[in-house]
Amino acid sequence: MYSLYREPGVLLWRGFTMQEFANQCFGNNIGHGKGRQMPIHYGSKKLNYITISSPLATQLPQAVGMAYSLKMDKKDACVVAFFGDGTTSEGDFHAALNFAAVMDAPVVFICRNNGWAISTQVTEQFRSDGVVVKGQAYGIPSIRVDGNDALAVYNVVRSARETAINEQRPILIEAMTYRVSHHSTSDDSTKYRSKDVIEYWNTVHSPITRLRNWVERKGWWSDKEESELRIHTMKQVKHAIDEAEKEEMPLLRDMFTDVYDDLPSNLMEQETLVRETIQRHPKDFPKDMPL
Amino acid sequence: MWGILRQKAGGVTGLSSQGLGNQMLRLRPVASAMRSYSSATKEMTVRDALNSALDEEMAADPNVFVMGEEVGEYQGAYKITKGLLDKYGPERVVDTPITEAGFAGIGVGSAYHGLRPVIEFMTFNFSMQAIDHVINSAAKSNYMSAGQINVPIVFRGPNGPAAGVGAQHSQCYGAWFGAVPGLKVLVPYSSEDARGLLKAAIRDPDPVVFLENELLYGESFPVSAEVLDSSFCLPIGKAKIEREGKDVTITAFSKMVGYALKAAEILEKDGINAEVINLRSIRPLDRATINASVRKTNRLVTVEEGFPQHGIGAEICASVVEDSFGYLDAPVERIAGADVPTPYAANLERMAFPQIEDIVRAAKRACYRSPMAANAS
Repeated sequence: MYSLYREPGVLLWRGFTMQEFANQCFGNNIGHGKGRQMPIHYGSKKLNYITISSPLATQLPQAVGMAYSLKMDKKDACVVAFFGDGTTSEGDFHAALNFAAVMDAPVVFICRNNGWAISTQVTEQFRSDGVVVKGQAYGIPSIRVDGNDALAVYNVVRSARETAINEQRPILIEAMTYRVSHHSTSDDSTKYRSKDVIEYWNTVHSPITRLRNWVERKGWWSDKEESELRIHTMKQVKHAIDEAEKEEMPLLRDMFTDVYDDLPSNLMEQETLVRETIQRHPKDFPKDMPL
Repeated sequence: MWGILRQKAGGVTGLSSQGLGNQMLRLRPVASAMRSYSSATKEMTVRDALNSALDEEMAADPNVFVMGEEVGEYQGAYKITKGLLDKYGPERVVDTPITEAGFAGIGVGSAYHGLRPVIEFMTFNFSMQAIDHVINSAAKSNYMSAGQINVPIVFRGPNGPAAGVGAQHSQCYGAWFGAVPGLKVLVPYSSEDARGLLKAAIRDPDPVVFLENELLYGESFPVSAEVLDSSFCLPIGKAKIEREGKDVTITAFSKMVGYALKAAEILEKDGINAEVINLRSIRPLDRATINASVRKTNRLVTVEEGFPQHGIGAEICASVVEDSFGYLDAPVERIAGADVPTPYAANLERMAFPQIEDIVRAAKRACYRSPMAANAS
């Protein structure tokens, strides 16, 4: 899995626990990430989820490379690469698609076209008919799906995966949706779009509401179960946050490890020097520094 | 000869710093020789300084335009370009798709034709996706075309670490861009720097890389009436002595200037009188000012947030060894960021960048005021 930064749901589905999410966000000692990466830049080797990288679209040629290596190894597997509408403007997106096509790489490109890249609407991002035609232009079988229809997306992705593996070729899926939230916690999107529009998409076309209605009509769900699940999940999240906050910060040693495979001598010297300095001048350093 | 003059002049008390400045650096325009803010009644944030500089230059020259992600409707990712879209319209404040290589290339092309683009990178960490245009096109075109194609472009944006933004948002690119002939690289600290240097950058016929700092945007500095005037401009390639001293020279740029000044206050209490130089310009580097200072104090501490190897401090050290070796009474102390990709966790991040205490200790080492175990303390 090569994600952008709006796919923690995928990771959650694979088995990343609430606690692990919280640990990563808090950058504490027990998070797998050793406090190295920013919040929401998750990763898990165990779950085959590549650690999120911030620069946009760089993960796409890398996904193709990984797919090619799966192909060489004749594995019954493919790579899935997620990205948004904005990312399709980056040069790496075009390089990735072109290479995937030419190399017959088993990769499924999934574009979450949610209409916005921070404050830039898709009409200012590109003038093509969305992203699906770009896949076609590179010779990749491409399909557009209603991204707010959970069942449709499920069917499309399942079919895409089969095709990618059985036919050893790339597929592009453009999932149409709408970004109801702000771009991030540093953004207030009401500054550049109306609250009514956000409200509309959040209620009328909400994928959660639509799936829930369908499930309830089948008799598999009820209001009571809904509220129980919500309460339970809120507790889970709060518990995870509380636990994560209690944990210690990463050890000093973790500042120097993993720069290279082996700890080089200059970093070992630096670490020794830092420890000596902290010992000699303890008042210059914060008290909560786990050594 | 300068060194001797400095030593003579330095020995005479009562000579005003201003007089000394004017005598030694007579090539410096009067504007920047005035260190004291005689009529400093106003305070201005660095953000407003940059915004006003852009506004004034756009008003003065219709060829100047701004381009980048979120610069228009959003008022700028860090609000540096606030209000410009409303004032100058979408033709001169251009919101772009997310394609650094694209808009950097387009900017360079427009500069070839005579426009004066100001390209904003949301952070210089993302300039990596466009660096070919900056280096291979903007920096080298004038030379390769034998002077026929000059590139009056400015690449600006936040550089170096902010707070808690991890490895891909924290690197300082001063050393990388500073190594390339054909580029000018500026590093403002205060609001006066921001205004004067950005205006100079926009007016300059050569490509300029303008490295700002996200954490400085909100900081306020006093500005004189002269700084606020729309014709205000600082010369490119001239450092500023923020604080005069006689015991040790501390060079710094951008946010580290603030840290160096605080360190100097602490050192003063211990009887060490530090001279703090605000580099303002990495390329061209003001070797004259740095060397003159070291010839006066005989000790040097360089400070930067970037990685140590091949960094700014390394270049300054080499320059001083080449030009003023005989004046050094102690080895040069070089303070830089840790040689690791920036960690996110707050405690590790703090260890990865110079703190005020690090500067104080280094200055003391240079003054032989601390136990001289090898590399310790």
